[in-house]
Amino acid sequence: MSELFDVNFIIGHFQYWLGIILMMTGLFVVVSRGNLVKKVVGLNVFQTSVFMLYISMGKITGGTAPIFTGNPQEVYSNPLPHVLILTAIVVGIATTALGLALIVRIREEYETIEEDNIQHLENAMQRKEDQDAGAMI
Amino acid sequence: MFSAPFTFAALSQHFPILQVVIPLIAAPLAVFIGVTSIAFLLAFAASITSLIISYSMLMQVIDGSVISYHIGGWAPPWGIEYRVDAANAFVLLILSAISTVVLPYAKTSIEREIRASAQTLFYTCYLLCFTGLLGMVITGDAFNVFVFLEISSLSTYVLVALGAERDKRALTAAFNYLIMGTIGATFFVIGLGLLYMMTGTLNMADLANRLPALSDNRTVQTALGFIVVGMGLKLAIYPLHLWLPNAYTYAPSAVTAFLAATATKAAIYVLLRFMFSVFAPDFTAATGALNLIILPFAVIAMFAASIIAVFQADLKKTLAYSSIAQIGYMLLGISYFSHTGITATMIHLFNHAVTKAALFMAVGAIVYQTGTSFIPKLAGLGKQMPWTSAAIVAGGLSLIGIPATAGFISKWVLISGALEKGWWWMAMLIVASSLIAVIYVWQVVETLYLKEPVGDVVVKEAPLSLLIPTWILVIASIYFGLDTELTLSSARAAADALLGTAPLAAGAGS
Amino acid sequence: MMEHHLILRVITKILIAPILIFAFYVQFHGDYSPGGGFQAGIIFAVGFILYGLVFGLRPTKKVLPEWVVHKFMALGVLIFAGTGVAGLMMGGNFLDYSVLAETPQKGQHLGLLLIEFGVGTTVAAVMISIFYAFASRPPRISDEDW
Repeated sequence: MSELFDVNFIIGHFQYWLGIILMMTGLFVVVSRGNLVKKVVGLNVFQTSVFMLYISMGKITGGTAPIFTGNPQEVYSNPLPHVLILTAIVVGIATTALGLALIVRIREEYETIEEDNIQHLENAMQRKEDQDAGAMI
Repeated sequence: MFSAPFTFAALSQHFPILQVVIPLIAAPLAVFIGVTSIAFLLAFAASITSLIISYSMLMQVIDGSVISYHIGGWAPPWGIEYRVDAANAFVLLILSAISTVVLPYAKTSIEREIRASAQTLFYTCYLLCFTGLLGMVITGDAFNVFVFLEISSLSTYVLVALGAERDKRALTAAFNYLIMGTIGATFFVIGLGLLYMMTGTLNMADLANRLPALSDNRTVQTALGFIVVGMGLKLAIYPLHLWLPNAYTYAPSAVTAFLAATATKAAIYVLLRFMFSVFAPDFTAATGALNLIILPFAVIAMFAASIIAVFQADLKKTLAYSSIAQIGYMLLGISYFSHTGITATMIHLFNHAVTKAALFMAVGAIVYQTGTSFIPKLAGLGKQMPWTSAAIVAGGLSLIGIPATAGFISKWVLISGALEKGWWWMAMLIVASSLIAVIYVWQVVETLYLKEPVGDVVVKEAPLSLLIPTWILVIASIYFGLDTELTLSSARAAADALLGTAPLAAGAGS
Repeated sequence: MMEHHLILRVITKILIAPILIFAFYVQFHGDYSPGGGFQAGIIFAVGFILYGLVFGLRPTKKVLPEWVVHKFMALGVLIFAGTGVAGLMMGGNFLDYSVLAETPQKGQHLGLLLIEFGVGTTVAAVMISIFYAFASRPPRISDEDW
């Protein structure tokens, strides 16, 4: 088995591979899609990958849910990453809600949620402003 | 039942938490009462209280001591610790001072820019943003930074979007800011996650103790990368700055003045804290690549952003691009990896906050009277709005760095830091990039004073409620150019605190 | 508008009460078993959102007007911060529950209960107000959007 293709290494880190795939999927959607709603969806996928990264790091082999049972020998998963991610999930919800609310407003003002069309409209606004300014000078 | 006596001394033990909690309580109270004028009073009272608290904390820690506050009585590294040293006390003072000056200005300004029913919520968002920024700076817990970062970011997006009543582009600006800001914050969390994996702690002082043993670890190096990029998005390091110009241009004037002076500054502080306190300076420097990234981008920002600023037709956009250039100077100070460099960054943090807030407030006063910040339309305003125009000139001079203004002091320290390292070419680059600032400031001055007014619309001087806050900051930007006692000594103490190479003992003092 | 969906309406009416009670169970049993403010707040909000989905926004707003939701949103944060400040006034640090009652154990219990109640109030109010905000802006859907 060569150094580069250590199967145990690859399988042993499967949660990181999944995390990377999810993360890149999300980022790619954010960057490549022109539809604003799809951008928000991509952002959600991206954030979820980070949630998975945190949750997976709290897992201890054979560990149960971190609930106190009175048995001192009980092995339980590290609850701290769960708590941190609870906070991050709430932040994620707030971000999504705010993003979608902005999209609703953008749709009301621009009558489109495609980035290209919005850019087009904004360029037209910019040109008009420049012309006004030119007329004034 | 109430055992603690309510004296100043008893309360002063709780200053670190009161700093954050007072605006945090004022925000929902404003919604709960639901009357705009009371919301303003609450915001203003919270802001003044914050100013008093941050000033007295700075006076306590300027000699190098540290205040450590354990939330819920849980000792660090288990509990969340608020840790105040000279560096963050200085930044807290900047934040609360700017907020105190901007709020009375905001009252008049938003009455014209935001519809009456949204004004109470404006103050709530403003207070939440203020809370978030203060919390980000004061906390000694790495994950807590993220939480407060998001509190301030989410309310900032709302504040920017409130500009939609003047120009609908505020909505897309806010949306783009939301996408980029969230990616930045998520990158930051990834970095923290990796650090937590390797060290099992999130307390900054504890991290600083444990990281040196792991300095060869690639996970830790990756974590530093994620944290720098994440914060970089937040503070608009040059290639990551794309959200900034539109957000600053289309936000309500008062919001722009507040954000330009505080949001990026708090992010720079967090970056400094992570690069120099959490990771040891020699580790950060040894990672090498960072130095190679921050220095060139700082220089590119100084030139490219300044040149772009010259070609903007909207004065707000000119100033926004100039902000990116000024952030370049702050990063340049970081890239020296020296005491003088960090002093330069800290002092520019202060001076630029004062100067840029003054400039954006003066422009906001013009928008208030004329409804536009388009440079060609400002022709001849020098005679019609003499005080506002004079404020723009004075602020512009400080931006360039003319002697006897605050901007000069920061550039002086920056250049002396460069010469200390023997980088004489860097000193020349700093001067050269300042010359570009001369061009865009001169354009504005020329339009204001030397061109004839267009049309025969008579523009009146802005009301006093806008002029007084603006001039407080203008006078401050001149005063701190002449008397550098407070700023320089605070900046030096801040640099000492950040570079304090002695490992921070967890839970020292309490 | 939903006159025809008899089954939906009947089932909804049956379900809403258990949903709200379950929310309270999750809320106040959260210190002994999994649960707490976040989850309870969401479950509580779901009761109202379900009602809104089936019976329309107007009857829902009659039960729970928008301004009341906004007040509750603020009230939750105030309960949270108020508990923290109470700890501070009774001689502890901010959010120090141990000083709230005679013994630290009772104090921790009481503090946790109050904090979670604040969290639950705010989360429920925020969720309902997000639902109101989006539902009260019906989009004009044109053919190209499909």
